[in-house]
Amino acid sequence: MRALTKKNILIFVGILLTFAIVQGLISVGIISSFHEITIALICINIIMAVSLNLITGFTGQFSLGHAGFMSIGAYVCALIIMRYDSTAGFLMGILAGALVATIVGILIGIPTLRLKGDYLAIATLGMAEIIRVVFLNLEITNGAAGLSGIPRHANWFWLFFFAVITVLTINNFIRSSHGRACISIREDEIAAESMGINTTKYKVMAFAIGAFFAGVGGALYASYFYFLKPNIFGFMKSIDILVIVVLGGLGSVTGSVVAAILLALLTTFLQAFTEIRMILYALLLVVIMIFRPQGLFGTKEINDFFKFRKKHERIE
Amino acid sequence: MKKVLLVLLTLVFAVGLMTGCGGNDTDEPAGADAAGIKIGVNYELSGDLASYGEASVDGIKMAFDEINAAGGINGTPIVPVIVDNRSDPAEATSLATRLMTKEDVVACLGPATSGSFMATIPVAMANKIPIISASATADEGVTVDKNGNVNEYVFRLCFNDSFQGVTMANFATNNLGAKKAVIIQDKSSDYAAGLAKNFKETFTAAGGEIVAEEGYVAKDKDFNAILTNIKGKEFDVIFLPGYYSEAGLVIKQARALGITAPVLGADGFDSPVLLQLAGAEALNNVYFSNHYSSLDQDPLVQNFITAFNEKYGRDPNAFNALGYDLGKFIADAVKRAGSANPEAIKDALAGTENFVGVTGSFSMGADHNPIKSAVVIGLKDGVQSTSVKVEPK
Repeated sequence: MRALTKKNILIFVGILLTFAIVQGLISVGIISSFHEITIALICINIIMAVSLNLITGFTGQFSLGHAGFMSIGAYVCALIIMRYDSTAGFLMGILAGALVATIVGILIGIPTLRLKGDYLAIATLGMAEIIRVVFLNLEITNGAAGLSGIPRHANWFWLFFFAVITVLTINNFIRSSHGRACISIREDEIAAESMGINTTKYKVMAFAIGAFFAGVGGALYASYFYFLKPNIFGFMKSIDILVIVVLGGLGSVTGSVVAAILLALLTTFLQAFTEIRMILYALLLVVIMIFRPQGLFGTKEINDFFKFRKKHERIE
Repeated sequence: MKKVLLVLLTLVFAVGLMTGCGGNDTDEPAGADAAGIKIGVNYELSGDLASYGEASVDGIKMAFDEINAAGGINGTPIVPVIVDNRSDPAEATSLATRLMTKEDVVACLGPATSGSFMATIPVAMANKIPIISASATADEGVTVDKNGNVNEYVFRLCFNDSFQGVTMANFATNNLGAKKAVIIQDKSSDYAAGLAKNFKETFTAAGGEIVAEEGYVAKDKDFNAILTNIKGKEFDVIFLPGYYSEAGLVIKQARALGITAPVLGADGFDSPVLLQLAGAEALNNVYFSNHYSSLDQDPLVQNFITAFNEKYGRDPNAFNALGYDLGKFIADAVKRAGSANPEAIKDALAGTENFVGVTGSFSMGADHNPIKSAVVIGLKDGVQSTSVKVEPK
């Protein structure tokens, strides 16, 4: 076990530096409270995209239901912090939200992950709709009116903290033997099975981990944006997350991170062009997809562009 | 491919730089400067609810244009800062923050729908900038928070859903002499739920009976199952809380099945689409409560209708009228405040007495809800033919 390799220290220093620089800019006032919202969106989108990338990009299971897990995390967390309005309540809410999302993910994953490709996509889409309609009709979630006045506990520190945890956990998972098993399922399910890999187990595992972090992302959303209603987590939300993943590259963690940052900056920048913003946004997506059909990074990671490692060392 | 990537990365940095540096002109004093009095207009201009947002903004723009043409407020013009929240509450929060911290607006108008409006309340309270909506009709969580405290910087200019439910129940009992009612409710909307609850309470309290309660969800197209169910029952009126997109089809299918009982609804019926969906012959004996009626012979209303027609080439609906009133109302408050200071504007809004608008005159209640009347409109062959004013109690 070499935890303190040169690479790990570098990553650790990099994370601390990023945090310190942004924190510094916030305290000095260069990053205003308006820009902080963009940063919050970036962090939440990173969590959502990286967790979906594990399911869709690395394990190859096309899921259109990520917003469903997000809404579970969001509602559970919101209901908890509205009763226990403290940092402890906030952290408890995040954990509870993530766990409930995981449980639902496993329950839904076991039957639906027998399906492949388009069929799975439709099944997960249906699942997200069911979750949405349940929230729409529950008394405790206040139905279509939604929950308002949720206390804000998520701040730059917590958002950054959870985004980093998500990226590191999923990155390490992918590099473990379990992760390699997941990748082998994406490459060829039959071959993987014939090599003795329990494909159902690994598919459900990837689904559960993805759902867990989607729950975390939803919980952070709830405690940052004060207000929840079931329609926020509709089909389009799942598509938004999928767009980030595909844009960054299916099977590239850093690709998802960069795409999340890029798209959030883009939407913020386009706010100034009220009338044509959605046209510009869609147009840019079309252009990017034409020139980079495999996404910005394909299956590569960002350091692959700077280092010329031997090809067999890469996970592709 | 590397080249493309390079170009894209350059774009990322360029965009980052522009968002980082753009519009950071915080040195100017807040509110009134040489340019004018900045008022934020945060509405749903795209997305599912765009029709409400656009209609409201048309009204607001018209009001501001009139005020500016007449010399502005004490010589200073109003500068609206219009932004689009895509019918997304998180975006509404983000834009409200932008308007209040970067654009230095003295007050924010909108969003039109209750959900997005509620999402901007914490921002207004934190930045101490008043926000007003002309159409957020939700009963709870708008001007009064869940502990019963009035949200100091939050106002609205329309009655809430419960008032409409009560109004229609009274109308059914007193004007139509109804004793038995059926409720067909949009189960996916909080608006419909609030209406149904208050209708039921008032109607049964007046000695009426609800013989059946049926439900549908938004975007349903076929209501024959529900309608066949109620057809066998005996009732005097149908109460149909919901939006025009489904209500139009319900009315059409009900009339086709031979159900001739009066149909009652609320301001969600107010759209030309209702007529397109139901057809003129089905829209008889249909009544709905609304914020204003184009039949009102008050010269203020008639002048507004003529002016709106000249500007936009169509008749105004209730959202246009509410938007127009909202524009006039904020200008009136700034004028009474005597300065473009958000704190003074807030006090002026709270102290409103007998403001005269197209949608009726009102005073601001202690809970920041206006005390104003509703209108019950009757349709004949799809055209508004009668209107009855119902005063608040």
